[in-house]
Amino acid sequence: MSVATETRPEGPTHTATVRNWKAPIGFGVGALVALLVFALGSPAQTAVFRISNDSDRFRLADVALPATAVGWFTAVALTLIAVYAFLQVRNGRKVARWIPIVYGALFMIGFLTWVVGSANTPSISLAGLIAGSVTLAIPLIFGSLSGVLCERVGVVNIAIEGQLLSGAFAAAVAASISGNAYVGLIAAAFAGTLVSVVLAVFSIKYYVNQIIVGVVLNVLVSGLTGFLASTLLSRDSATFNSPPSLPVISIPFLSDLPIIGGILFRQSIVGYLMYVAVIVIYVGLFHTKWGLRVRAVGEHPQAADTMGIKVNSTRFWNVLLGGAVAGFGGAFFTLVSVSSFSRDMTAGAGYIALAALIFGRWNPIGAFFAALLFGFFTNLQYVLSIVGTSVPSQFMAMLPYIVTILAVAGLVGRSRPPAASGTPYMKE
Amino acid sequence: MSSQLQQGDSSRSVLHRIMGGSTLVAVLAVVLSIVLGGILIAVTDDRVAETSAYFFSRPGDMLTAAWEAASGAYIALFQGAIFNPRADTVAQAIRPLTETLTVATPLILAGLGVAIAFRTGLFNIGAQGQIILGATFAAWVGFTLELPPGLHLLIAVVAGFIGGALWGFIPGILKARTGAHEVIVTIMLNYVAVYLVAYLLFTPGFQNPGSSNPISPRLDDSALYPLLLGSGYRLHLGFLVAIAATIGVWWLLNRSTTGFELRAVGANPNAARTAGISVTKGYVVVMMIAGGLAGLAGVAQVAGTEKVLTGGIAASFGFDAITVALLGRSHPWGVFFAGLLFGAFRAGGVQMQTQTGTPIDIVLVVQSLIVLFIAAPPLVKAIFRIDQKKKKKTTKPDQSSEDITTTTAAGGVA
Repeated sequence: MSVATETRPEGPTHTATVRNWKAPIGFGVGALVALLVFALGSPAQTAVFRISNDSDRFRLADVALPATAVGWFTAVALTLIAVYAFLQVRNGRKVARWIPIVYGALFMIGFLTWVVGSANTPSISLAGLIAGSVTLAIPLIFGSLSGVLCERVGVVNIAIEGQLLSGAFAAAVAASISGNAYVGLIAAAFAGTLVSVVLAVFSIKYYVNQIIVGVVLNVLVSGLTGFLASTLLSRDSATFNSPPSLPVISIPFLSDLPIIGGILFRQSIVGYLMYVAVIVIYVGLFHTKWGLRVRAVGEHPQAADTMGIKVNSTRFWNVLLGGAVAGFGGAFFTLVSVSSFSRDMTAGAGYIALAALIFGRWNPIGAFFAALLFGFFTNLQYVLSIVGTSVPSQFMAMLPYIVTILAVAGLVGRSRPPAASGTPYMKE
Repeated sequence: MSSQLQQGDSSRSVLHRIMGGSTLVAVLAVVLSIVLGGILIAVTDDRVAETSAYFFSRPGDMLTAAWEAASGAYIALFQGAIFNPRADTVAQAIRPLTETLTVATPLILAGLGVAIAFRTGLFNIGAQGQIILGATFAAWVGFTLELPPGLHLLIAVVAGFIGGALWGFIPGILKARTGAHEVIVTIMLNYVAVYLVAYLLFTPGFQNPGSSNPISPRLDDSALYPLLLGSGYRLHLGFLVAIAATIGVWWLLNRSTTGFELRAVGANPNAARTAGISVTKGYVVVMMIAGGLAGLAGVAQVAGTEKVLTGGIAASFGFDAITVALLGRSHPWGVFFAGLLFGAFRAGGVQMQTQTGTPIDIVLVVQSLIVLFIAAPPLVKAIFRIDQKKKKKTTKPDQSSEDITTTTAAGGVA
């Protein structure tokens, strides 16, 4: 490989080189998997990825990939990248940041071709797969954004699960009583905020450990909603638990675009709100005075206080805002995805959102993509169980969780939370 | 208020720290939570709803109905958890108490696992998965191997510990080597464990021959925990294991070098590292112990109460264990008694649900309220208007929550 030059680069970037073999080792293991599974174990079929549906206005041709050829191609390409990374590290250089992305993309192509190729009907709809991933990711993204808002200001938010669940509950009840789904949406934001109020009061005013409050709030909300669901809601489900659904709003013309049409321009209002929230919170946190203050409070509250920022009230309002955002995500469960509330229906989405938040390095955009990744693997598992694979369904179901572990262990490494996150601020 | 913090801190005597109304606050927190739970029961009661329609003409009716709804539920809970006065024999009357001890067994064991990780600065949410793995390992030994009685049980218990320890080892080693956050890894491993056991229960080595359901064969009698009080009660030897584990964890944390190192890592990893204690080793060791303890909870389930392996073997013990550890303030004996309390709630809750129709979820509400209130003594004191003068000074982290508070200093969640 031509990159293995003898001369080392000079400059300040090279001063503290600790050779980190994690990347080459990880790449090597992946390449080995690709060789053994994707190449040697490749099915003699052609995997077809349908990009357009028959009903679409614009149609793109299907992508047909011969499984054996793609399997060998990815195995060889991944091996080359692993060797390249190995040489780079041996020469005391850092592996460029785009390398893992290219590697991951190639690995995904190899994996998808192999798994679809070995299915009984080797053909899946790529557009459906991606659109479904976004749909599954919507509550996760709202949850992660809530986490971002809280943790950036120095309050750990484990209560995302509780906020989502209370949002789902309130949305169902309010929308059922009023007969208006939008009322439900607002009620969900209020319910999420209410959970946040408890979190904020206990952690900011009474200095209770934030993790404890979060965990306990999740149990409390689960118990409360479960109790009310099996008393009030089950007694008169027509009045209390049959909310109308939020309509899907298609934007003319744009929604007909292949792949991105379904993702960006054919969503319920919750879906559009999600995109808006990601952008607004990103811009707000990193490009406004408010964001600077918030991050200062989260990183170094003493300094922020010295500069005249009211630390605890900033924290309080941010935690409340986070609760409202998570509440919208909760509304997704009862107003978009399913049309009634059932106990513990969020099924751990809040914890996944927490993982997405850390995986996305406390950044709204990062959390967005991390949640999408999780949604993708969850949806892939559904899609593959329909086309029928040789892989046991339980292992497919494990996939999103294992991928998250690998990603957190391999890619994120020692991710750094906001410095003051988790510590209460007491004025001297 | 905040300017008085310093002053309040120094004026606090050691005696005050110990006595400082901490027990009183705990009792009041329990009372307050039970009252709030009772209000919830009353508000959602049918009779109360009917009588409230004519509240202004005859308010007594509604109040009576509310009192009856709440007290009825709690009496049923008590009778299901401690003592049943309506039973014909003494043996029947104390049966609920033995049920409480049976249910408390996995709670205590898994709670100890969560608590010991807390003390090392790790937040182990993975007790659920560790219980499942422990139960799976123990069950396999129980229905596959043929060994003499005694030895068989011993091997099954050891296997359960190893199974849980293995599931704890993964987040421990990942945290130590790559810095992967233990909260994420343990959450994810919970799901992986669920699907793993779901898969295993459909494979020939694990599925009961001739059954199409995901259920394992019954464990051999030689691999089951012997019953402590005869066949009339479910209480099994696992409870004594839980007591032994409590003593063991107490000894480990307070009397052993390893325990000292673990607590040092939990208190301040940087200082511990400077003092020559291997933080990475501490993470791995404590997660394996924590997982092993949760694994023992799995053994208690599979070799004690359930006797077969199913997908729901862990119920929600792994998550309840977190609240148990929090209520017990991560001290071994605190966890033990918290486990007993929550075991009583759970055992009584079942009885309450069948007898009065009050959903068992109310138990979750009361439990979480208790933990919340105990964590915030100033709030409880303010509600009951005690200690008013001091209250103003003591709006600061409660002294007795220090041990847990430190976990965040050590880089708790995020």
